[in-house]
Amino acid sequence: MGGGCREPAVRVGCDGASGGELVMVVVAKPLTRRLIIAWTACVVAFLYIPIVCVFLVSFHKARYFSFPFSDFTLDWYGKAFSSLQTQELMLVSLKVAGVVTAISVVLALFGALAFARFNWRGRKLFQRLLLLPIFFPQAVLGLALLIWLTFLGVLPSWQSAVFAHLVWIAPIVTLVVSIQVYGYDAAQEEAAFDLGATRLQVLREVTLPALAPGLVSGALFAFLLSWGNFPLSFFTTGADSTVPEWLYTRMVAGYTPLVPTMGALIVIGATIMLVLGYALIVLRRRRANSHG
Amino acid sequence: MIARLLIRPAFAWLRQPGLHAAVPILILLAIGFIGPLVLVAIFSFMPPRSFTLDGAPTIENYQTVVEQSFYLSLLRSFAFAAGTVVVLALVCYPVALGLAKLFGRYAGLLTLILVLPLFVSENVRLFGWVLFLLKGGGVLAGAAKAVFGLELADMLYSNTATLMGLCYVYLPFMLFPMVLGLSMVQRDVVEAASDLGASRWQIMREIELPLAMPGLVIGGLLTFVLSLGALTESKVLGGSKVIMIAADIESAFTFGQNWPLGSALSMLLLVLAGGLVLLVLRKLDLDAILKRR
Repeated sequence: MGGGCREPAVRVGCDGASGGELVMVVVAKPLTRRLIIAWTACVVAFLYIPIVCVFLVSFHKARYFSFPFSDFTLDWYGKAFSSLQTQELMLVSLKVAGVVTAISVVLALFGALAFARFNWRGRKLFQRLLLLPIFFPQAVLGLALLIWLTFLGVLPSWQSAVFAHLVWIAPIVTLVVSIQVYGYDAAQEEAAFDLGATRLQVLREVTLPALAPGLVSGALFAFLLSWGNFPLSFFTTGADSTVPEWLYTRMVAGYTPLVPTMGALIVIGATIMLVLGYALIVLRRRRANSHG
Repeated sequence: MIARLLIRPAFAWLRQPGLHAAVPILILLAIGFIGPLVLVAIFSFMPPRSFTLDGAPTIENYQTVVEQSFYLSLLRSFAFAAGTVVVLALVCYPVALGLAKLFGRYAGLLTLILVLPLFVSENVRLFGWVLFLLKGGGVLAGAAKAVFGLELADMLYSNTATLMGLCYVYLPFMLFPMVLGLSMVQRDVVEAASDLGASRWQIMREIELPLAMPGLVIGGLLTFVLSLGALTESKVLGGSKVIMIAADIESAFTFGQNWPLGSALSMLLLVLAGGLVLLVLRKLDLDAILKRR
């Protein structure tokens, strides 16, 4: 079965020309493909049902939600932006996500070089150790960190939440950057060394530009994961509170119509970041292609 | 002489650039991951309700776990985690196949669409499910009543709702490693098999699954471990009816103010989950998986 059979126009010819089981495979393929497409659409719908619900309810005027409703309003968005409390929440969330992104990208750059670039004794062990925090129930990690911080006498605040997020996010970003490092030709570095560049120059002029796309997607991951994180923040922020945390406490007790509104704002924030990041990556790739 | 023989390799080991690059993140993991875990391990052997490490070591907490039937919630969590893995494996496989082999240039955009919910706080999404499934005024019940005049039974706060919540939250964790695994299956191999007369089913069983195995294993493992320790799903969608192990751990640490009991429960969970992870990771070549994308 050749690659050409995948084009609809050619497929007819293939069906007629081939015999036996080969025809079966070729004929079955469009059906399988349609089924896969339909199933994927179902999965996407499944993923978006609750998000759509949150948006829907955020436009609902009445204090208590009941579907279907007809009185739409944007009032709750106005309230969300004018309330000092929600401004403070968003500020804390942004602050945590920003600092986590900055630190984890630096850690991940070196971590990824150790993970994928250098051959060193202890690397396999390092790779496994790095995966452990990712393969770890976050709520339990959050609680263990809470006990640890209390034991060390650190008063939990947004800074300790940054630390908690880093334990989980820095390894993930390291993996993301590692994928880029694997595709990177280390001979370039050696060439630069041979031409007399110092280690710092090589890092700045050769390694960093080559790894930039990986670092951008790593930063995107770091920001988004921190922005949306709940289990780690819940146990480690102390008196400060991030948006996801506030939402949870309000969902459990003391519901206000601002809950769906703030939920919708979280979604909007994540979407903007993701689209911007994706656009940046696509633009870079286009520019690189047009140059090369 | 012997000392020199030992010291020189040690120095050589310390001079490796790879090790230097690993140091920052190793320090982070030492104080942010290993430290807390060691502390929890020690606390699990302290007398109940102690907040210091002065007490005489005891296994009382582990006895409490057995006597007060805490192991039941551990078993329940295992059942939920296993169920989540099975459901997600079946749900994700066709999508992963599509992303890896069929969708071509649309795969990037579709990945973006599938990944976005992952970055929305899980409790927001679970709250969305509450709004959808809520009895009486929920979106599903309201729509069913308005359109078909149907009264729907309450679907929230049950085992099914919790299982669905787990499948919902951890779907990307199964899907993307699976895509990674399936893209390791080269089209030529599949085509060769089909040229030799293999059926679609045979191709899947004999070629796709074995070649994609590392990705499938990572996806399954990730889903299993994360849903084993899940907290929010059971709390939001299971209500007070469904108690998973993480909820027991949380209440021991917070309301119960019994750190040693919470530590003992955590240790049981971590030893079981961590043992499984290390066992599986030992068999996988991470370089090959990440490189051959």
